[in-house]
Amino acid sequence: MNWRRASLGVAAALPVIALLAWGMTRDPKDIPSPLPGKSAPSFALSVFAPGQQPLARTIGDTVRLADLRGQVVVLNFWASWCLSCRDEHVTLSAVARRYAGKPIQFLGVLYNDEPVSGTAWIKEMGGQSYASLNDPGARTAIDYGLYGVPETFFLDVHGRVAYKQTGPASAQVLARVADSLLAVAEKDGAPTKRNQ
Amino acid sequence: MNGLIGHGALLISVAVIVLGIGAGVMAGRLRTQDWINAVYSAVYTNFALVTIATGAMVVALVTHDFSVSYVAQVGSRATPLFYTIISLWSALEGSILFWGWVLSLYAAVVVWTNRRRAGALVPWSATALLSVSLFFAILLIGPANPFHLVYPVPTDGPGPNPLLQNHILMAVHPPLLYLGYVGMTVPFAFAVGAMLSGEIGSNDWIKLTHRWTLLSWGFLSAAIIAGMWWSYEVLGWGGYWAWDPVENASFMPWLTATAFLHSAIMQERRGMLRLWNVNLVVGTFVLTILGTFLTRSGIISSVHAFTTGTIGYFFLAFIALVLVASLGLVAGNSDRLGSVGHLDSAASRETVFLLNNLFLTVFMFTVLVGTLFPLVAEAIRGVKVSVGEPFFNRMSLPVVIVLVFLMGVGPALPWGRASRDELRRKLVPPAAGTALLLAIALAAGMRNAYALAVVALAGYSIVANAREIVIGMQARHEAHGEAWGVALLKLAGGNRRRFGGYLAHIGVFAVAIGIAASSSMRSDREATLKPGESVTIAGRTLRLKSVWGREETQRSVVGATLEFVENGRVAAIIEPRMNFYPASQQPVPTPAVRSSLLGDVYVNLQAFRPDGSNVTVKVIYEPLVPWIWAGGLIVVLGAITSILPQRVRVAREADARQPATGARGALAGLHANVEAT
Repeated sequence: MNWRRASLGVAAALPVIALLAWGMTRDPKDIPSPLPGKSAPSFALSVFAPGQQPLARTIGDTVRLADLRGQVVVLNFWASWCLSCRDEHVTLSAVARRYAGKPIQFLGVLYNDEPVSGTAWIKEMGGQSYASLNDPGARTAIDYGLYGVPETFFLDVHGRVAYKQTGPASAQVLARVADSLLAVAEKDGAPTKRNQ
Repeated sequence: MNGLIGHGALLISVAVIVLGIGAGVMAGRLRTQDWINAVYSAVYTNFALVTIATGAMVVALVTHDFSVSYVAQVGSRATPLFYTIISLWSALEGSILFWGWVLSLYAAVVVWTNRRRAGALVPWSATALLSVSLFFAILLIGPANPFHLVYPVPTDGPGPNPLLQNHILMAVHPPLLYLGYVGMTVPFAFAVGAMLSGEIGSNDWIKLTHRWTLLSWGFLSAAIIAGMWWSYEVLGWGGYWAWDPVENASFMPWLTATAFLHSAIMQERRGMLRLWNVNLVVGTFVLTILGTFLTRSGIISSVHAFTTGTIGYFFLAFIALVLVASLGLVAGNSDRLGSVGHLDSAASRETVFLLNNLFLTVFMFTVLVGTLFPLVAEAIRGVKVSVGEPFFNRMSLPVVIVLVFLMGVGPALPWGRASRDELRRKLVPPAAGTALLLAIALAAGMRNAYALAVVALAGYSIVANAREIVIGMQARHEAHGEAWGVALLKLAGGNRRRFGGYLAHIGVFAVAIGIAASSSMRSDREATLKPGESVTIAGRTLRLKSVWGREETQRSVVGATLEFVENGRVAAIIEPRMNFYPASQQPVPTPAVRSSLLGDVYVNLQAFRPDGSNVTVKVIYEPLVPWIWAGGLIVVLGAITSILPQRVRVAREADARQPATGARGALAGLHANVEAT
């Protein structure tokens, strides 16, 4: 046994071990979205589930992102076949109702699903306070780089993506992000007079 | 009760292994028979104990003993008995138990078959095997304990992952994979044993290692092909290979083991590549552990999900230990491993073997880099990247093309030195195979340059390998007047390893042609059909006859019956299905395949209307897919032929009677030469 050479062999092993050990601290499935800070992709989608008063919209109406400028927008992608969407449903619905009257819009977007199943699901879950939009061909989902459902995007008053939540959203996160975006909106003055 | 027996046996086995390792160190140093017997007894006892634990688990599964955590996790009263038994390897803890059992089996067989061998090689190798066993035993009483007691005892369980109870190949692929994967521990143990006992300088350990590598390699080859087949038959995408980390994990050690099977011959015959061979053997084992770590720790994103947890840290510690110990040991012994022989001429089989090793290693590193790149990129640049099929295909295709060519040139060239005349006589005629297959491929409509290159060179190499067999038969026929069939059998029996090698080569060519054709000439289409409507693909017409549903004990099934219509008559029917398992949100497809020698029609049920008024099917035509499975079978036959014990004496007599004049004589001499190894 040549110990000098042996120690060289051991030294060669160390970087590999270091790399693998470092890898243990990472989650390969946690892929950061490039969207936060960028201008949100525009959309024009029609309402298939009306929501409830006071947040109700009319079935068949087209909602355009451009028309929502000056308000905070919370966009929740969901599907009737998605299990985690059930977990966050009640929370989302309740938080949206609590913010009624403030310059913030909650919208659901149906992902890879039929409006019929979506409507049935909402009924089964005991209703949804805000309206949901149909996204035929998942075009908007693709624009937003959806990785799965549920995912929730928070857009600021300037139409930029401020925050993205992967997986079910908790009441705390929803309130914290919504409050901070609303605070910024107030500080910026009258939203309609913003210059961008 | 089963839980107590299983857990108890595993606890005792840890103690036995620790004692055995201690005895092994003493046996290696003192070389006294008592210590040696103690190590061997530890190996046998460990095998008995792990067998008891595995048996207890099988009994628990079959009797639905839900007080055992693993049974509660994967068992279900509705699952058929067959799938209940094989659910032993359908989740993490059970698969580690099975791993431990296969390893203890290998260790016992290795020790039993070599127990009379003199020297410290076998005791040290047994100690190395016990050390690896210790790791798995610790996993089994710690983070991967399948025998936790569950209380209160559930009345029923969810059943195994639906994907894993859907096809018969689930009974075949995992055991083969473990036999191949775990089997690579044996060559590693021999290498460690040879280094620790000081026998690394002799060629003796290489011969022993060669046989054991062949065995594991045969299992691993079969496992990889069976895995491809399973993925093709079950997943519904019509593909069989996606360069997923789990697939790469099985493929990398296969590449280095393949390299070793060739370079070991270089050492046996010429005393060359001695350090290289130790590296290949150790590297193959490290790759099996690395592959397991990558896929079980969750540090690389893979479609094959294993539940993770703390087990990743155990694997990390183990892999660190293995890397440090084996690299240190190999580097420390490197000055004893200089080459004795040297290359006589560039025009020789040695050269081809060297190139073959070079390209197989390059191939392995390409796959390794592609697999680890996401990790490296994130460590260095902090970006998330994924490496997909385009990288692997682009990087590996040129290597594959060269390898296919080398597989033809190698067998045609003699050891030592080939004369100009000999080169022409050996290397020119197989070009006829290139011309023939190229013409067929072009006529069949193949236009992809890479695929054409693979097919053309496979044509060359098939002829080159077949020619070696025919020349051997001819020599026997003329020398002894043997009938051709007898000559073939005697030739195969005379030098099994060489003949098995040719056979394995021919199998690989069939696989290569199958992959080239099916990936470059695939056509697919999606169609929504009402009963009575048809879809046509690659000249074949499929008509939807009916949509049906039925309840089975463990699942509900929706299926579509489609008819192949040829000349207005129904030639065959095909029934793709969708299975709904209570424990699974998404349906599990069972695509249907109609195979023929020339290609497969593959139908997957994508969607259906609940009232049966229409279905959406994906129809794929893939030429030559069955060639991949058949080729895999030929490779395995080649491995079996090579492993079968050789009747050396009889073969030598036969060769001694061959006339040693002219080209035939040179050939006979060559055969006699090979016999001597």
